[in-house]
Amino acid sequence: MREFLRQFLLSRWSKVAVFVLCLTPLAWLVWRAYHSNLTANPVECIQHFTGDWTLRFLLLTLSVTPLRKLLNIPDLIRFRRMLGLFAFFYVCLHFLTYLWPDQNFDLTGMWKDVAKRPFITVGFLGFVLLIPLALTSTKGWIRRLGGKRWQALHRLIYVSALCGVVHYYWLVKSDHRLPLLYGAILAALLLYRLVTSLLKPRPAIAVYPAS
Amino acid sequence: MGKFRELTQTDITPKSVYFNRRQILRAMGFAGAAFVGGKVISHFAFPPATVQAGTKLNVASRSSFSTTEPVNSFQDVTHYNNFYEFGTDKSDPSKNAQKFRTSPWTVSVEGEVKNKTKYSMDDILKLAPLEERIYRHRCVEGWSIVVPWIGYSLNTILKLAEPTEKAKFVAFESYYDPGQMPWAASSGIVLPYIEGLRLDEAMNPLTLLCVGMYGESLPNQDGAPVRMVIPWKYGFKSIKSIVKIRCVKGMPSSTWNIYAPNEYGFYSNVNPNVDHPRWSQATERRLGDFLKRKTLMFNGYGDQVASLYTGMDLKKNY
Repeated sequence: MREFLRQFLLSRWSKVAVFVLCLTPLAWLVWRAYHSNLTANPVECIQHFTGDWTLRFLLLTLSVTPLRKLLNIPDLIRFRRMLGLFAFFYVCLHFLTYLWPDQNFDLTGMWKDVAKRPFITVGFLGFVLLIPLALTSTKGWIRRLGGKRWQALHRLIYVSALCGVVHYYWLVKSDHRLPLLYGAILAALLLYRLVTSLLKPRPAIAVYPAS
Repeated sequence: MGKFRELTQTDITPKSVYFNRRQILRAMGFAGAAFVGGKVISHFAFPPATVQAGTKLNVASRSSFSTTEPVNSFQDVTHYNNFYEFGTDKSDPSKNAQKFRTSPWTVSVEGEVKNKTKYSMDDILKLAPLEERIYRHRCVEGWSIVVPWIGYSLNTILKLAEPTEKAKFVAFESYYDPGQMPWAASSGIVLPYIEGLRLDEAMNPLTLLCVGMYGESLPNQDGAPVRMVIPWKYGFKSIKSIVKIRCVKGMPSSTWNIYAPNEYGFYSNVNPNVDHPRWSQATERRLGDFLKRKTLMFNGYGDQVASLYTGMDLKKNY
């Protein structure tokens, strides 16, 4: 069974399957739009939908490392980049719903809004931080930056996800259950990293005995 | 994006089968219970028809306060509601409020008045000729609708009550029953929902005591059986499902003001120049529109109400 799973995860088809799965939220949204089933406020509905899925994909991306270690399925790493890029894809759609129907491409107005409102500022920051990560997601960039530096840069996803949760929390008027749930999941995922890094036996600084 | 279209007056959805179906089911359910349970239950099973949601109302006239802008569809106005007693998602109330019992219903007019009175809904429907008033309705969240409300000026009922010299404000209270509103517990706000107006605001003819919309009594999710509509203030001031109207000496507290005093002031007049701390109030999206439009001072009712606030700093008294 485990061998079968491994074979599948390593096959080309697993990536195709995950890719299609990642597109299903968008397909669902298009389906609902086609059937005029986007509530009385379609723009807001699309905004919330794309925002929700950005957060979900960020959390999924951050789940890859803990899952592959906890479940002992190292091959899950094959999907991390794709999940991260889909988070970026949904956040681009999310940002477009702000830039177009909300701001009507008025960049000065948008800029004022970003500067003035913490809830927009933090959301915008979360979006901007993902841009360098998406750009440097290729093998070429890993090589150019070097593994260590690349990894350090890509830790920005922690900040971005945190921005996303705060953005959601500040948007909600009084029923904070969902943003708190996302926050709790994010906290667990970050805590896992903190604990494992503290427990990891550090490569001891080599102290060479005087000969 | 072709799905966004201009709504016209002809878009008003005809009588919704949805509601009638629920009513029929409810009537059947209650009738069955009455058969078993006897007199007490039969009272609920066969309530006076006048206060059931979706009952046709006799509208005597269309008020000159009405706007000529296109009215939003009945479907939109009944499926996009902020009514936290029935859930915090705007699609929740249309589902969760269907079984809400609005009969029998009593509205108590009390406090600093000469004539304290308890009105039944039948009384309220007969106090004055019903008018249709097509008002703009602007939510603090940045969306707006145009609704053909039915009712009469609140001052009708206040004049009958005769506020005393001491009365300076009017406090309102919504019905609250955790049994019928289990969703309220996770709403984050303190209930029963309370609201307030200054007495002169309450006496302004624009201030509507509302019993219906689209030619019928109010659907449950829109605040049945009786609510306030104060078109120059953000929507949350227009309290739903009212059971108490109390004239008082001091400024009454209000639900959202208690929750976040820096975000929701007592006055909460629609004002494009005073932003909510977290978002701009300069623009709004009319339901059905793709782009936003500019928000008008006092939601466009300045001619009728601006004089109420002369000399007041509306940035401080937000």
